[in-house]
Amino acid sequence: MTGSAIALMVFGLCVTWGGVAVCLRIAMKANNKK
Amino acid sequence: MKREQWGSRAGFILAAVGSAVGLGNIWRFPYMTYQNGGGAFLIPYLFAMLTAGIPFMIMEFSLGSKLKGAAPRVFSKLNVKLEWLGWFQVTILAVIGLYYLAVIGWTISYFKFSFTQAWGSDPNTFFFKEYLQLDGSPSKLGAIQWHIAIPMAIAWAVTFNTVFRGVKSGIEKLSKILMPVLFVMVLFLIVRISFLDGAMNGLNFMFKPDFSKLLDPKVWAAAYGQIFYSLSIGFSIMLAYSSYLPEKSDINNNAFLTVFLNCGFSLLAGIMIFGTLGYMAAAQGKEVTDVVNSGVGLAFVTLPAVINLLPAPYILGPLFFLTLLIAGMSSHISIIEAIVASLIDKFNWTRHRAAVVVCGLGVIASMMFATNGGLFLLDVVDYFINHFGILTSCFVELIIVGWIFKISDITQYANHHSEFAIGTWFIICIRFISPLVLATIIYQDLYTTITKGYGGYEMSDLMTRGWGVIVGMLVIGILINIFTRPSSYIHSEEA
Repeated sequence: MTGSAIALMVFGLCVTWGGVAVCLRIAMKANNKK
Repeated sequence: MKREQWGSRAGFILAAVGSAVGLGNIWRFPYMTYQNGGGAFLIPYLFAMLTAGIPFMIMEFSLGSKLKGAAPRVFSKLNVKLEWLGWFQVTILAVIGLYYLAVIGWTISYFKFSFTQAWGSDPNTFFFKEYLQLDGSPSKLGAIQWHIAIPMAIAWAVTFNTVFRGVKSGIEKLSKILMPVLFVMVLFLIVRISFLDGAMNGLNFMFKPDFSKLLDPKVWAAAYGQIFYSLSIGFSIMLAYSSYLPEKSDINNNAFLTVFLNCGFSLLAGIMIFGTLGYMAAAQGKEVTDVVNSGVGLAFVTLPAVINLLPAPYILGPLFFLTLLIAGMSSHISIIEAIVASLIDKFNWTRHRAAVVVCGLGVIASMMFATNGGLFLLDVVDYFINHFGILTSCFVELIIVGWIFKISDITQYANHHSEFAIGTWFIICIRFISPLVLATIIYQDLYTTITKGYGGYEMSDLMTRGWGVIVGMLVIGILINIFTRPSSYIHSEEA
């Protein structure tokens, strides 16, 4: 795979699955506050 | 009658993701990426996710949760004269529910075939000639093929059993099992495939960027289109699902999570599919461009051909089709649930009665897709429903909520119930960006279809099976709106 192809694949995965991780962290923090 | 509720937040999210993640994530997204600039396509796609997918999801979760109803009741509560839009969305679901089930039926058959690779060495001839026995046209359907009808009936039985049991004991319970299984299976397949020769070359074809495509408006339209098609937004499902949220449930974070999970799954599916195509190209000594495919052709012709070449095909083959089956079933269940919820809201039926009526009529009506000409009919109806039904419904919903009613009420409601707040970004996306992009896509599609037709079908077929279906759905919605008591008047005290 070329470097740019790898970079874009990683970028896509980071945005989506990173987004999932951030949302879960926010939800867990809110849950702990309750 | 008290409205049913989700038993847990995880249950709701998994059910919503199960609805959004469907066959399109697996057989449409990878091809769209490859065709529209490779890795560069991810830039408009992720931009569309942030400016159209997430705001629309927040809007639907807020409306469903606040007004406690499926689409007809939600729009009827906004204004009794708008109930037709709800029923238009429900009729879109009804039609999709019929033909989507046919594809699930084929997948069940292929799951069985995959243990022995019953399609032989020529999967193309096997699928079209032996399995579908394709003949006729969208208007000349021929006889029912019982070897297709039986798996379709099995799929209907699964949907019926789930919807009949209700939100918590049926849909939530099943989603909590199926969604984790689906993600684990896709991850397993990705890991296994990445060790095969040529897999990385396949991924290179999918992600190799062509940044010049970013200047092409059609690529941006394709990215927005993919987001609208794949998130189950704009046709009642998310309204119905969020209407079962308990009071004080989060809106914004749940919407972000659902959309991120759906788009993240699409990327994983793309890696799985293109890794597999890369292996196939290497094994046959061809270029990836020669084997790449999408839709029905990818699932039932290309995948069987790859499975023939894979090591341990009796394990990897069934896994591939089980992945498709789970993705398809969870979406079909959500389609039928949204129809059932609308009937319960409108006619105050019991869930059991609504499920029996919808699935009973559904199993009979869907048999038109189990005929010799079923694939032709499916192709025409699917094109018109996707390009004009869903997109028009999304557009009208955005105009109504963004311009006719106070969007600030929705922002306020969502923020009041959520773990983090949204603001101007949401309003700009709902009022300006999404409607503008949708209007452009609808205009483009309308122009192309009117001037060039579709798929080489005869104009009479397009008029009756395409435009006719869209107009028929609209007329049904308007007639229900005019001649029946508004959904919002029936048991409105529940809300």
